[in-house]
Amino acid sequence: MSAGSVWRRRMTSRLLSALAALATLAVITPLFLIFGFLLYQGAAALDLAFFTHLPKPVGEPGGGMANAIVGSLILLGLAAVLGLPVGILGGMYLAESEDRRLPGILRFLADVLNGVPSIVIGIFAYTVVVLPMRRFSALAGGFALAVIMIPIVLRATEEMVRLVPASLREAGLALGLPRWKVALRIVLPAARPGIVTGAMVAFARIAGETAPLLFTAFGNRFWHHGLDDPIAALPLQIFAYAVAPYDDWHRQAWAGALVLIVLVLLVSLAARMVTRGRYGVAR
Amino acid sequence: MERHFEADLQALRERLLVMGGLAETMIHQSVQALVRREEPLVQQVLAHEEEMDLLCIEIDDRCFTLLALRQPMASDLRFLVAAIKINSDLERIGDQAVSIALRVRSLITQPAVKPLIDIPRMAQAAQEMVRQSLDAFVRRDPDLARTVIEADDQVDSLRDQVFRELLTYMMADAETIPRALALILVSRNLERIADHATNIAEDVIYIVRGEDVRERGDKELRKGLRRPPPGTG
Amino acid sequence: MPDSIVVKQLNAWFGEAHVLRDIDLTIAAGGVTAIIGPSGCGKSTFIRCLNRMHEVVPGARVTGTVLLGGEDVYAWDPVLLRRRVGMVFQRANPFPTMSVFDNAVAGLRLAGVRNRSRLAEAAERALRQAALWDEVKDALGKSGASLSGGQQQRLCIARALAVEPSVLLMDEPCSALDPIATAQIEELVHELQTTLTIVIVTHNMQQAARVSTWTGFFLLGELIEFGVTKELFRTPKDPRTEAYITGRFG
Repeated sequence: MSAGSVWRRRMTSRLLSALAALATLAVITPLFLIFGFLLYQGAAALDLAFFTHLPKPVGEPGGGMANAIVGSLILLGLAAVLGLPVGILGGMYLAESEDRRLPGILRFLADVLNGVPSIVIGIFAYTVVVLPMRRFSALAGGFALAVIMIPIVLRATEEMVRLVPASLREAGLALGLPRWKVALRIVLPAARPGIVTGAMVAFARIAGETAPLLFTAFGNRFWHHGLDDPIAALPLQIFAYAVAPYDDWHRQAWAGALVLIVLVLLVSLAARMVTRGRYGVAR
Repeated sequence: MERHFEADLQALRERLLVMGGLAETMIHQSVQALVRREEPLVQQVLAHEEEMDLLCIEIDDRCFTLLALRQPMASDLRFLVAAIKINSDLERIGDQAVSIALRVRSLITQPAVKPLIDIPRMAQAAQEMVRQSLDAFVRRDPDLARTVIEADDQVDSLRDQVFRELLTYMMADAETIPRALALILVSRNLERIADHATNIAEDVIYIVRGEDVRERGDKELRKGLRRPPPGTG
Repeated sequence: MPDSIVVKQLNAWFGEAHVLRDIDLTIAAGGVTAIIGPSGCGKSTFIRCLNRMHEVVPGARVTGTVLLGGEDVYAWDPVLLRRRVGMVFQRANPFPTMSVFDNAVAGLRLAGVRNRSRLAEAAERALRQAALWDEVKDALGKSGASLSGGQQQRLCIARALAVEPSVLLMDEPCSALDPIATAQIEELVHELQTTLTIVIVTHNMQQAARVSTWTGFFLLGELIEFGVTKELFRTPKDPRTEAYITGRFG
């Protein structure tokens, strides 16, 4: 082993490490830039009023995005209620089924749905919910978001459930439990951390979706009166303010964007806390 | 599938055969010393004893090692258990030959009581039994082992014959008593050798067939030395 | 109370592969029966036919009769059958999301038993039977996966025992364990045999010789010989059995 080749190896290693560090930097930098920019631009407009007041009429300074913040949370909640059960149960079915043809078809359809542009899904929700109801509503918005959410949760669930070792299923069956109980009470809890991560990814995606909400939730300058009423949402509000000619509104749009990102971060953190509590299959 | 355990078992078999050969030699030489009245032969028998003891220790050691390290099963297990017993029987045969040699050493310093016919015949038969039992062991031949077991009766009856004949000599002339007694004891040694050969033959049957054919109880019954338990026979 | 198992003309297939051929044997109630044989001989498949775990595999098929205490197990609901015939696997598989206590009573609780005192009593009884109680009684809330290998396997045994089966099937339970843990489990098997019928599959012949009263030798899907362990290991009747147990196989 010559001294020359050792030196060469060491230099190569250092060079590659440096390149890897640069690449990492290249990836992280935009994230920090965005966040920093948002902070810089939006922090000024953030005050208590922002979180508690409704938008003021055109031209009047001040006001807030209380209804949009609450609206986004409600829409996320609705999407979760509609989309999570379908996604999780569907994913479980795909992972556990012994049928040879149907799961393959379903998987393909889910992948196709995943690729459908969100505005098309918005139009679909418009046709299916808004038209029969004859009104824009939070329900329609939640429905649209749920449809976007389902394929993401479904595939993530399927993958995590597949990772659960067969020995656990066997153990459950050998105890004299029916298959559905084994799936729900043994396999599902074991796959929980991964499923939660999948749900988080889905939330992060739909929290920022604007297009599908355009003709479903529609947006609202005031508080909504029920789930069958149009409802404000952060992305919609940000969009509306950003294209308007008022500086005050521009500042509020920045603030809204900042709040939106922080919201997504908080949801992620909360989910991580929930799963860190209990022992599960390694993620 | 060749196992190196097989090589160990073969080595053990060979050592037992060496020991068997040595036992046969000692029987032959001890009685020849009497027949030919040659002292050097007695010395040779006594020299062989030490060799015999070393072999016995070596074989025991091999057997225990194989038992401890290999946890043998079925036929291998039966072989090792039987090997330990055969080892012990061969060693006793050696001891009996040494007893004969020691008695012979004093006998040949004195005139003979009578021409020796039956005792050499007994020696011949006992030697043959030892050889055949070891042959049966090598060839795993239970039928040959059976013939050894059956030959034991012949040796027993020869011993009785020797006893009766020498008894008449002793009754006729009291002076012959010490020498005659010594000869009777030699015949007894030879009969014990034949018994040990029979044991070896029984062990061979156990190795090959897994049957325990020990008949000691039967033999004593047949000779009328013991009454059968009530309700049987 | 232990049950006997009578197997008649049992055949099993995985798809086209005929893995068990015309198996006839009777396992007496109570006592330990060992099943030995080289890899791929069908011994695991055989015991999985006894609690119908074999059918869980897609493409698996079984013909023949298996009688448990005189009743045909293939006429039963498999879920109920598996409560009477428990199983312990080669690798300990405690439920990772549950504590020691929850694992022990999983079979009862998931079957609907809610009464807490009944569960607590069952847990203690099962853990004592599995010789694990003293080691875990102060740590019942710990994760099932935090125990050592031997303890995990005993926990799985306790879990199986909690539902009070009449038969316990053990599929090479000690193959992943060190000698001390193995010895503990063998001791356990010895004690359990008075209240249960135990069928243990093992590739370790010395273990079969140590723990069982009867032994069956399987080869290429057939039952070659079945008999009292003492006899089978001293004087086997079939030359194939002899070749296998003396290691002259291959």
